Amino acid sequence: MFLLSFLLIPIIAAIVLLFIKQDDKVQLVAVGAALLSLFAAIYMLTNATSAFDAAWLPVLNSRFILQADGLSKILVLLTAISFPAIFIATGKNIVANKNVFLSLMLFTQAGLMGVFLAGDALLFYFFWELALIPVYFLCSIWGGEKRIAVTFKFFIYTFLGSLFMLIGIILVYSKTADHNFLIESFKHANLTAAQQAIAFALFFIAFAIKMPIFPLHTWQPDAYEQSPTAVTMVLSAVMVKMGLYGVIRWLLPLFPAAANSHAIMVIDLSVIGLLYASFIAIKQDDVKRLIAYSSIAHIGLMSATLFTNRSIGTQGVLIQLFSHGINVLGLWIIADIIEQQTGTRSMKNLGGLAKKQPTLAILLVAFAFANIALPLTNAFVGEFLMFNSLFQYNPWIAAAAGVSVVLAAIYTLNMVQKVAYGTVSESVNKMSAPNKNAQGVLIVLIVIVFVTGVYPQPLFELTKDTLQQLFVK
Amino acid sequence: MKIIIGFIVLWPLIGFLFNGLGRNIWSKKTVAYKATGYIVASFIFSILAFINIQEQGAITVHYFDFINTANFKIPFDLKVDALSSLFLLVITGVGSLIHLYSTAYMKEEEAPHYARYFAYLNLFVFSMLLLVLGDNFVIMFIGWEGVGLCSYLLIGYWFTNNTFNYAAKKAFIMNRIGDLGFLLAIFWLIAKLGTISYSEVLTAESLAKLSSTDITAITLLLFVGAMGKSAQIPLFTWLPDAMAGPTPVSALIHAATMVTAGIYMITRANILFSASEFTGHVIAIVGISTALLAATIAIKQNDIKKVLAYSTVSQLGYMFLGLGVGAYSGAVFHVITHAFFKALLFLGAGSVIHAMHHEQDIRKMGGLKSKLPITHITFLIGCIAIAGVPPFSGFFSKDEILEAAFAKSPIYWVLGIIGAAMTAFYMFRLYATTFLGQFRGTQDQAHHLHESPFAMTLPLILLAIASAIAGAIGVPELMGGHHWLSHQLVPILGESHETVLSHQTEWMLMGISVTIALIALIIAITIYKKKADAEPQTALGRFLYNKWYIDELYQNAIVEPLNKFAGFLKEVIEKSVIDGAVNGTGKLVQYSARKMRLVQSGQVGYYILFMVLGIVLMLVLWFNDISILRFLIQLTQKS
Repeated sequence: MFLLSFLLIPIIAAIVLLFIKQDDKVQLVAVGAALLSLFAAIYMLTNATSAFDAAWLPVLNSRFILQADGLSKILVLLTAISFPAIFIATGKNIVANKNVFLSLMLFTQAGLMGVFLAGDALLFYFFWELALIPVYFLCSIWGGEKRIAVTFKFFIYTFLGSLFMLIGIILVYSKTADHNFLIESFKHANLTAAQQAIAFALFFIAFAIKMPIFPLHTWQPDAYEQSPTAVTMVLSAVMVKMGLYGVIRWLLPLFPAAANSHAIMVIDLSVIGLLYASFIAIKQDDVKRLIAYSSIAHIGLMSATLFTNRSIGTQGVLIQLFSHGINVLGLWIIADIIEQQTGTRSMKNLGGLAKKQPTLAILLVAFAFANIALPLTNAFVGEFLMFNSLFQYNPWIAAAAGVSVVLAAIYTLNMVQKVAYGTVSESVNKMSAPNKNAQGVLIVLIVIVFVTGVYPQPLFELTKDTLQQLFVK
Repeated sequence: MKIIIGFIVLWPLIGFLFNGLGRNIWSKKTVAYKATGYIVASFIFSILAFINIQEQGAITVHYFDFINTANFKIPFDLKVDALSSLFLLVITGVGSLIHLYSTAYMKEEEAPHYARYFAYLNLFVFSMLLLVLGDNFVIMFIGWEGVGLCSYLLIGYWFTNNTFNYAAKKAFIMNRIGDLGFLLAIFWLIAKLGTISYSEVLTAESLAKLSSTDITAITLLLFVGAMGKSAQIPLFTWLPDAMAGPTPVSALIHAATMVTAGIYMITRANILFSASEFTGHVIAIVGISTALLAATIAIKQNDIKKVLAYSTVSQLGYMFLGLGVGAYSGAVFHVITHAFFKALLFLGAGSVIHAMHHEQDIRKMGGLKSKLPITHITFLIGCIAIAGVPPFSGFFSKDEILEAAFAKSPIYWVLGIIGAAMTAFYMFRLYATTFLGQFRGTQDQAHHLHESPFAMTLPLILLAIASAIAGAIGVPELMGGHHWLSHQLVPILGESHETVLSHQTEWMLMGISVTIALIALIIAITIYKKKADAEPQTALGRFLYNKWYIDELYQNAIVEPLNKFAGFLKEVIEKSVIDGAVNGTGKLVQYSARKMRLVQSGQVGYYILFMVLGIVLMLVLWFNDISILRFLIQLTQKS
């Protein structure tokens, strides 16, 4: 029953919000609900939880099963941290129809939680779509100038992927022993090698688009740029994890043989994407696009590592899912403050933030170094394990991927220099008083960055069971 | 001991947090006392640790597991042994003096920036201590990147100046290139041995498990890391630019401590390096080439700090020459003496710059001897020490390296002597132009010339004493000493090998190097006590003055092409090819949809026809076990 609260809290709050008109009350309810989810997530970390199981679509033999292992928990925790952080940090932004906006955000949260908890393939698919649809409205209504075209592309692209996955689900379902959607049944589905290859391809496309894996990534920078930043934060901190989650939870355990035979292709594409996105990030002038490409690069490393199928690397990914979310969230919040207060995201018009708002500049530098995985920040632990795994798989691929370590330093420090250092630019000079709420959130996040960077052991403990399931046969 | 060793590292960290978080709260006085006090505390604890290990040998303490996961573990262990204890003393000792010096040197900064400066400086010491105290390569790597970060922050300390920011970024990125090599070496070790702890990796048993290719590759990769941090060819150009930072920073980070990290690392892993003849030659050749290249550049520079920066690069080259020929204790010896005299020289330069109101061009100085008596005499001691004049410290350490080089190959020795001559020349060119002759600055500057306050001269005096006498720790048996340092390092390096050179040869080599150095320094004084260098007239002069155009070469041969490549990816591949294909697919769908619309004619017959066709297709697929799709897959796999 307890796991159900991760769905009920946001959904109830989302419905309530539709009937509230005053913006400050709307904010209060949304933040309250998000914090409640966070408390629930923290409770879940320290207490054993049992799976929730109820009948759902008896005709199809699909069940409403929610269950949480380490992988689910770490992503539920990330989601639960992200939403209150986003609501508080962007709370002062002016948004038309704020109640609807936040209501849709909460529906997204419910969808995400469902994706990470579902133990039934059809239910998983249902939440997968539930998370996508509110985002479509959020982007297309509250987005930037080019929102219609961009959102359309984003929607069609990811929706297409989802459809492939649905076909894949039906295919595997038809081959299960007693025709149900349980993950365990799916693992033992009676698939021939060819069927497994096809099902693998169908699932893979959905996840590859979501992550995204090169060259299926072009929807992402546009979507990140055009979405309202609060939505970008959700997309980038949490939603891309859906693809990686799908790979770990479904793709690799369900189709091990096909995954193995396609591993080299996926790893190659991922590493190409990693370098490719890093190079492009160097040439970006728009802060949001820079972070978008940086994020694509980081995801590329994670997907490459997953397909090396080694426990040490997978452990790195399990941690990095969380760490990447925290770090990128910090960067987006800073980018949002800057955009809100200066009216621009173009780095050539920025500069001198360290003089104007020293605290924010310090936070920017701290998150920047977390973004390039400096030791004792959270990202180092994950990246170290991931590169290690790539190296064991193939030293040359690891060396090639390693170049991104240098490229990341180049684009990230470029950004720091152009935004924080130098003389105070005209737009930066316009900045008003520091946004205390957002800075408070950033401070909490940076504390997480360093604590989990110096002492990552709790994260290892949390994800231990998933690792065992995957690698101890 | 666990607590003492822990606090050697923790004091500076506490100092960083104290000043960093309280930068808007504390007065400058509080900041100065605290920051310096924490480093002094660390120094005292280092002495305690040092004394302790003299009695009971190396101590390793375990704090917690940094990474502990299925069949892989990185413990957070610190180790004080013969090697790390020496580095501890140098880092915290010289570090304390430089903190003290900074309290006066940075006086003009506003309180929050003053606190920021000391926070960075404390953080640097923390990272450096972690680097040398770590008991495995990953802890070393944490400190390794940490000092890179602090160096970045301190070079760009005056962040409104974009030239400085570029220098800071350049330093970090070049270091990162080296760090990548280091990382790959660590991965290689993990892949082959499954561990990165010194006590497990650096043993004969581990060595036996590695093929010679493994050893050569690992040591070369480690050396790439050392190249970055210790500014060797080709990754040296960041160090001269790093002089953008405040002068005490140059003294601490870019001369005395951080840049010696590479030497520390190789000495630490000497058992691996000794096992690869090839790597040894690579290191020796890179080292001596760097030493000579940087020395030629130093001859033509006019910025007091730039001369010292190239001198540092050159001296580091000597240390690598020593490592390459197997003279590990000689290299460590030179690290120690160099830390004293180069910190002294930089701080002396800072004192000069302070007196000259931020003038750094030596052509506009001259005759400072009488105005800055303490700075003058201490600077002179530094110059004598670096030039290798006995009995000052530099003589002993440099000589040990050169002798080992001779034993390996006389060519190394000849090149080393040429470099030593240049060193003596450029150092005394610097000395004479700055302190001798007539004052060439403005009236205003002449009026304000003053000796620096006590907080700045005291470190100069102490370092001058150390530079003069530190050679005593390594007096060779030849001269009746018993080389305390090499005995000290026996647990790390093993019993030193019998010297292959006869006493006669040794005396002769020593005599030649001292004579040449003396000649070079006398020439330099004679030329430059009267006048400063004019603009370079000859092609060679301009070539050296412009630092062999290496920055330009890197810019045109590496940076620009990569930049263009990135631009090409962004503008052409991303926009036209990939996104073009995606959008093209979209258009194709729209186009076919327009055509397909005709199918939806409203005639029920067509609908039924399509439905039946669809069902038939599905059934065919189903019963053939989707053989068509399988066929397609086989087709793609074949192609």
